[in-house]
Order: sequence, then structure tokens, then C-alpha cells
Amino acid sequence: MNLQFDAELMLLITGVIVAISLASLFARSFRHRLDPDGSSRFYHNLLARIKAWWVMIATFGVALMVGKVGTLIIFTAISFQALREFITMAPTRQGDHRALFWAFFFILPAQYLTIGMELGGFAYIFIPVYAFIFIPIRAALAGETKDFLERTSKVQWGLMVCVYFISYGPGLLTLEIDGYEGENVKLLLFMVIVVQVSDVLQYVWGKSIGKTPVVPKLSPNKTAEGLIGGTLSASLVGACLWWATPFNFWQAGAMAMLLCLMGFFGGLVMSAIKRDRGIKDYGTIIPGHGGMMDRIDSLCFAAPVYYHVVRYFFGQ
Amino acid sequence: MAVFLAVLIRVLSGCTVRRFPELPKGKPIVFFSNHTSNLDFPVIWASLPREVRAITRPIAAKDYWTKNKLRRYLASKVFHAILIERRAVTRENNPMQEMKQVLSEGSNLIIFPEGTRSRTGEVGEFKSGLYHLARSTNETVFIPVLLNNLFRILPKGELFPLPLIATLIYGDPLYLDAGEHKDAFLQKAKSALLAQDDVEDSIHVSQRKVSSP
Repeated sequence: MNLQFDAELMLLITGVIVAISLASLFARSFRHRLDPDGSSRFYHNLLARIKAWWVMIATFGVALMVGKVGTLIIFTAISFQALREFITMAPTRQGDHRALFWAFFFILPAQYLTIGMELGGFAYIFIPVYAFIFIPIRAALAGETKDFLERTSKVQWGLMVCVYFISYGPGLLTLEIDGYEGENVKLLLFMVIVVQVSDVLQYVWGKSIGKTPVVPKLSPNKTAEGLIGGTLSASLVGACLWWATPFNFWQAGAMAMLLCLMGFFGGLVMSAIKRDRGIKDYGTIIPGHGGMMDRIDSLCFAAPVYYHVVRYFFGQ
Repeated sequence: MAVFLAVLIRVLSGCTVRRFPELPKGKPIVFFSNHTSNLDFPVIWASLPREVRAITRPIAAKDYWTKNKLRRYLASKVFHAILIERRAVTRENNPMQEMKQVLSEGSNLIIFPEGTRSRTGEVGEFKSGLYHLARSTNETVFIPVLLNNLFRILPKGELFPLPLIATLIYGDPLYLDAGEHKDAFLQKAKSALLAQDDVEDSIHVSQRKVSSP
């Protein structure tokens, strides 16, 4: 997985920078309308979000430019912070201490190392088979039986969602696609751009014409109008990026739609967990956005499905 | 060194401070907290503003903090801890005298009124030390600090901490009322500490109303 910098990649990155610049410009030039008395919570949240987007794009951009190692490091850090937030809000008992220690400091880095060393199929099964067997064994050895099944599933879910699924992001770099050698970074960028654009557009559509919540009990802000409008427009954005991918226009649109839907359901499920725990955000690490888990919730389900669909139809 | 360590502790424990109160000026402050972990006082210490941190001295166990060179250095040079004997307290080494002395010199204290780390994470009974401090110096302000998740990060009996996110919730200052009895004061202090749990819940409830994608 040697990565190369080509004109298409440059164009993608430039496009992202232009988009976020426009957002900054828009927010500043409509200041008097959005925030007439200087106290609008919405406006300050918007500014904080845009600022955080700049930081995220810069971090992510630098990581991609460093190449494979940079990408693996940034995703390891994302997973680490996500798992930290996940386990913090999902209470475990003292009997899980050692199992969790292994999860954070061995299983998590090992998963990314497995991908980095391109051990092939082992990356797919390391967590679902070996880690999932190890976690309950270590907890059982600790001898605490209260809520055993519940505690084990919390740790397993944390590893699945925050580590295994997210690791499919850099996993995309290892896919072998005919005639696309060395260009896989764009496959990863395509996914991240479509999922994040879909998040933003679903929010914009929902805010402007949203009326009917998809699951009223769970999240009144996730509306059918937002879902449909956001998915269609983000799929169009995705289709228009076909030139950077191994797909043609229609395939890129279909892939983008798949990503949007998976992104939506990922966000929905992570919201259900938050609701259950009675919290609004997983954390506070990204100003305006909440925690790491709040930002990547839509990637959790999108990344593995996208990876396997691409691999099935386009892989060698 | 102290600043570096404070930042390091804050980053590693991810410590989130809720509701940091307006500190009364010119009066000695006793920060009291639930005790579940060896990381408790370093986290409180690190969460304080720099100028407050400089005059705040934690109470710590002598046997633990004098065990090796590094711990001795941290306790004496960085945390400026007041080390107390956990076993065999006699009239000569009774720590109350030193604590009162430190307060009257204008320093603050961090103390754990339960006296020992909780084995379960639950807040136990408060020892009378807190009351004796309150009675000896009538100016002293008491501020409850509820520590959440420290028990999960490093419970008694574990060597390695987990990288979970700690939460510190500061409560409003309280005082010893004129003529207040020992048990009433200790009860008041304990309820003030535990009340911070509801504060956190209510923060979450109010946050839920704010919309975001």
C-alpha cells in the first residue's frame, strides 16, 4: 500500500478546503442576521463547529500526507478517544479493570498494527474472534459475577464500534483494486467526505423543512425530510466525485447513498445508547461537536459496510 | 515542573470540571472530597487554577508517599503534601495540629473526610476531623468536590490506571454555623458532597434540550 499523491487527490483536498472556507465566509457575512444581539447560542455553536472543522481537516490532512503510518496513527488516536468515551459512559465494575486495561493498551493498538502490517484476513477476525473470547475470560478470572453478561457485552460493543468498525477506515488503504494501485487514499477520503457532508446536509434539510421525526422517542431532530433531503443531496455530491474513485458516476452515487444510509443508522444507534444513559453528548473534546463518538458515530456502520461492498465488487 | 505535571494529569485523566465556584478571597479553603483512588488528590490539585494550586496542600498518607525517592520528591516538592501517619496516631504526631497551623498560615487543604479509600466506590461515613478543623478556625470555608469515575480509573488494589474520563463537580462553599453540633455538621457536609450527583444529572437534562445534529 504505497500511496501516491496525484492531481485528483489534490483536487479533493482543495475542494474540502474551499467548502469549509465558504462555510466560514457565510457564517461571518450573515452574522447580523444569525446573531443580531450577539447572544445566539446557535450562532456561537456554528462558529465553534466551523473552527473545529478547520482543526479536524488540518489534522486529518497532515495524517494523510504522512501516508500509511500517519493515517494509522490518527485512526488509532480516534479509536482510543472514542473507546474512552464509550467505556466512561457505560459503567463497568472493578472486575473488568484488567480486561479493560488489555482492551485499551493491547487489543486496540494490535488491531491497527494488524492492518498496518497487512496481515490480510487476520484484521477481520482478530477482534470478533480472539478479543471477544479473551474479554469474558479475563473478566471471569477476576471472579466478579454481578451483571457479567451485561458487562461483557458493554466491553465487546465498545471494541466493536470504537475500534473494529473504525479500523476499516485505514483498512481501505489495504484494498487491492485493479488499475487503482496506490490511489486508495481517495477511497478513504471519499467515504469521510460523503459521510460528513451527509451529516451536515441532513442537519440543514432537517432544520429548514424537517417536520416528521423518524423515531420521535429517540431523536426529535432526525427527521424524515432531513434524512431524504440529506441522503439525496449528499449522494449527488458523492456521484460528482466519481472521478476520484474506481467507480463510475452511477456507482459512486449508489455507494454514496449506501454511506449516507449507514451513516444515518449509525448515528441513530449511537443516539439510542446516549438516550439510555441519559446523556446528550459522549464528551467535550471537540468544541461545538461534543465528544469524539458524537463526530464519528455515522462512520461506525458506514466504514465496514462500504469496505466490504467495495471489496466484493471492485476488489481483486 | 508543577505546571507541567498539572497539565499532564489533566490530559491523562481527561478531567472535566463542572461548576467551578467563585472562591472566597482571603479565607483559607478546605476542599473535601470522596476518596476512592490514589489519583484523587492529584486530580483535584491539577484542576485548580494555578494561583490557588500554589497555596493548596493535600493531606496524604505518609507510608505511601515516602516509599521511594520519586514519591518523596513529588509529595514534598511538587504537591507540598502534608504527610500523616495512618497507623499509630499518638498525641505527638496527631495531624490535626499541623492542619490547623497550615490553615492559619493562609494555605488551603485538600482532605478526604472518610479517612480511607472506599472499597466499593460508595461514600462512607465522615470522620470527625472535618468538624475539628471547622471549629478551630472560624474563618475556614469548606468546598465539596465530588469525584466521579476515579474509582473506575484506579481503584484500591490496582496498579495500572484506565484512561477513562474523570469528572470533578465543585459545590457551593459551606461553613460551620454557630453552635452547630458535630454530627449535624458532618451530615451537612456529606449531603452537600452527595448533592453534586443530582447537579450532574440536571446538567445532562438541561443539555438534552439543546439541539444539534
